[in-house]
Amino acid sequence: MIGAGKMKQYANVLDKPLSKGRQEVSLSAFAYLFSELVQYNQTQVDNIGDLERRLEDAGYAVGARVLELLCHREKGNRRETRLLGILSFIHSTVWKVLFGKVADSLEKGTEHEDEYMISEKELLGVLDNAGFPAVVTAHFVPVEGQQRPRTTILIKYYEEKQD
Amino acid sequence: MAPAVPRSGDAIFANVERVNAELFTLTYGAIVRQLLTDLEEVEEVNKQLDQMGYNIGIRLIDEFLAKSNVTRCVDFRETAEVIAKVGFKMFLGVTASVTNWDSEGTSCSLILEDNPLVDFVELPDTCQGLYYCNILSGVVRGALEMVSMKTEVTWVRDMLRGDDAFELQVKLLKQVPEEYPYKDDE
Repeated sequence: MIGAGKMKQYANVLDKPLSKGRQEVSLSAFAYLFSELVQYNQTQVDNIGDLERRLEDAGYAVGARVLELLCHREKGNRRETRLLGILSFIHSTVWKVLFGKVADSLEKGTEHEDEYMISEKELLGVLDNAGFPAVVTAHFVPVEGQQRPRTTILIKYYEEKQD
Repeated sequence: MAPAVPRSGDAIFANVERVNAELFTLTYGAIVRQLLTDLEEVEEVNKQLDQMGYNIGIRLIDEFLAKSNVTRCVDFRETAEVIAKVGFKMFLGVTASVTNWDSEGTSCSLILEDNPLVDFVELPDTCQGLYYCNILSGVVRGALEMVSMKTEVTWVRDMLRGDDAFELQVKLLKQVPEEYPYKDDE
């Protein structure tokens, strides 16, 4: 049948070879999709706090998968276990894959020992108004501090008790 | 002013701002997951995805017309080709092929070989009735409605359900000529 030849059938989606990650879609396609995500969630909540939480959950799911994908593809399955290592990984590799460039800066917060900030001057306009944290591991609780024109993603590090 | 020449899908895609397809794929996955959690019924999720697609389609058509400079399509055949070659390319970065025309030229299939929505996706047994890509059928339906074509868009083949391709059937139901809210001569 026409068109049926090209896609090879794999018994298991896990057997399919990983693509290089170079494929792209238009920004507007992503924007429309994201807008539907936000609009849908707006119908499910009655206050901003819940909306942010739901969006954050969605972002969390994305972030976890981005981490898996990138660890596998870029780092040969080695995952950073140290805090600074993972922050720098997010700041460069993750940001580059998601947004096409390295994040503008990674700074240590001055107020508390355990705060770091990743700043990005021109975060995709569509992401500005809804906390879309692409951050990841169990250590971090991402909280977004909105400041136009700079979007600061504040990452508070909770020390995990080692038993 | 000379009439603008219609642009190819590749040319437009090269000129628009683009983002990593994986971000797109994962975001779509997050949406489907949310819907499944909220709505629980697979049929409800299918409907919601179609509705979201419709909402997108009615807005997307404006961007499409603005960027592609297509002239009015002569017939439905041309419409289908334009969707497959220009539409899909400029938004999703992939092209589709058009096949399975019926004798009247009102129904055809769009075959997608590459589908950025479904990378890394596998349907679990609990979701067997799910049309994962149903947002696409809504998008096509919504966009066409804005250019006066009422269509029925359904999935004929779905690779996530074990078929060998993604086949979207587009059936033209009615061509509604544009109605003006007032008459000029009154």
